[in-house]
Amino acid sequence: MEVLKGRVWKFGDDISTDLIIPGKYKFKTIDFNELAKHAMEGADPKFASKVSKGGIIVAGENFGCGSSREQAPVVVKHAGVSAVVAKSFARIFYRNSFNVGLPVVECPEVVDRVKTGDIVEVSLREGKIKAGNKIYSFKPIPTFLMTILEDGGLVDHYRKRGGFVWEREPTK
Amino acid sequence: MGLTLAEKIISRKIGRDPSPGEIVVLPIDAAMAHDGTAPLMIKSFEDMGAKRVWDKKKAIFVIDHISPSSNEGTSALHKMMRDFAKKHGITLYDVGEGICHQILPEKGYVFPGGVVVGADSHTCTHGAFAAFATGIGSTDMAAVFASGRLWFKVPESLKVNVTGKLKRNVTSKDAVIYAIGEVGADGATYKAVEFTGNTVKGMTMDSRMTMTNMAIEMGGKTGLIASDSTTKEFLKGRIDVPFIELSGDKDARYSDVLEVDATSLEPQLSCPHQVDNVKPVSEFEGKPVDQVFIGSCTNGRLEDLRIAAKILKGKRVKARTIVMPASREVMLDALREGVIEELVKAGCAVGVPGCGPCVGGHHGVPSQGEIVISTTNRNFKGRMGCADADIYLASPLTAAHSALNGMFTVPEGD
Repeated sequence: MEVLKGRVWKFGDDISTDLIIPGKYKFKTIDFNELAKHAMEGADPKFASKVSKGGIIVAGENFGCGSSREQAPVVVKHAGVSAVVAKSFARIFYRNSFNVGLPVVECPEVVDRVKTGDIVEVSLREGKIKAGNKIYSFKPIPTFLMTILEDGGLVDHYRKRGGFVWEREPTK
Repeated sequence: MGLTLAEKIISRKIGRDPSPGEIVVLPIDAAMAHDGTAPLMIKSFEDMGAKRVWDKKKAIFVIDHISPSSNEGTSALHKMMRDFAKKHGITLYDVGEGICHQILPEKGYVFPGGVVVGADSHTCTHGAFAAFATGIGSTDMAAVFASGRLWFKVPESLKVNVTGKLKRNVTSKDAVIYAIGEVGADGATYKAVEFTGNTVKGMTMDSRMTMTNMAIEMGGKTGLIASDSTTKEFLKGRIDVPFIELSGDKDARYSDVLEVDATSLEPQLSCPHQVDNVKPVSEFEGKPVDQVFIGSCTNGRLEDLRIAAKILKGKRVKARTIVMPASREVMLDALREGVIEELVKAGCAVGVPGCGPCVGGHHGVPSQGEIVISTTNRNFKGRMGCADADIYLASPLTAAHSALNGMFTVPEGD
């Protein structure tokens, strides 16, 4: 998870969880591969069939706003997306993403500088994104969230460590 | 330096004053998941290898989103919840009991100073009782079910100070929609929204819950209202911990303050497809409406049903109108008062207590091109199950008057 390199898929502001995975699907199954066929359907009906493994979503303000459904970051991840970069995230989506092992990065500067089809490189540890010849910095992800991410999400984190990181060390 | 209400609740839990931005680990007083989020929570809980629920009395399941089930897939997920609840001995409120955010306060899970987490974004509703209440995802909920604790970033607080007397045709729904329009859909992200002022102080619990319910629609982590005699009256006989009065300090530090002059407020609408796309109802007067929905965790309480019944009594709706009481208790009270009878006589379709058409999973899905006036809290594209329907959010007063006339109507006041 050192450097994530991938093709940009650009979205606008206020991409709600209703657009990421419409409620009508999430009540019927928790089969992630089935749900992933509808990833981002409300914003781009063909997204799930177009995106290839390693793709990086780049979006505007308030990505993941709306309901608390964890299916939202799950379907994004299962569709093959390796990271989401946005100007800002809704709070619950942000937490959920780390819990399901989907890296999300707040980097407002880069968002307006890239378009769909560009290739970007996201370095989580260093807090840097390379787009074209330019490098953009973002505030590093808190250490305890990086631990959860590197363990592959909260479920694997708990399985691996038999407890939660926030109970054992100061959370920074 | 004084403390905001959010900081005060947290300080009572950790035994010292917290500072905004700091990460704290809090013990949880109530943890709830519903049929939209519990199945994934169960999966995470079991995949983690967790063996038992930390406290059977504090963990709650509610089947409210697709309730009763409309298809086999949903039925299987409901069964999964029932099996888990039985195995672990936790309480499950099944089909017909109502909406999680109405049930939790009614059944005494919510009290001033408590920490409530729900795997539902509108968990902020419970802040109306001066509880720190916030929405989390399914895997966070699995962590809570396993350990009874969770990390939180101590939020800054945004104060929404509402003062003056509301006009007769304006409700707490109009006030909160107006505030969302001012703050924006993400203006309070990561923040606690503390509603203060003599207007809020004078509101019933039903009205207050409408306001805190929608704190998330400005991005808020929670909505909060000080506890007082009104709160105490509602909680009497329901909670088994001592009632306390909690409020933000006068010298507390707020990141921002929004002053709302209640006296000048007009009936408001959230227009498609964003909750912060706010305009006065008067701009739409006369526009035809196809479906009206009165219900949800925002406006499905007794007060709301009474408003609708008073307007519709002895008359007949001209638009298709669906009414869902927020809970069995609300429905029973409304039945005893004759409210349900008036609504049914007026041509409303009155359904089982639950979330109903709000989330688009089952009954009440609008058709393409249809116009809906709804007393709910979200009007995102596709929210009610049809991406090509236009949803306008309104107060129950506006909704009932518009149902009566079959078109957008500025209410006269009840």
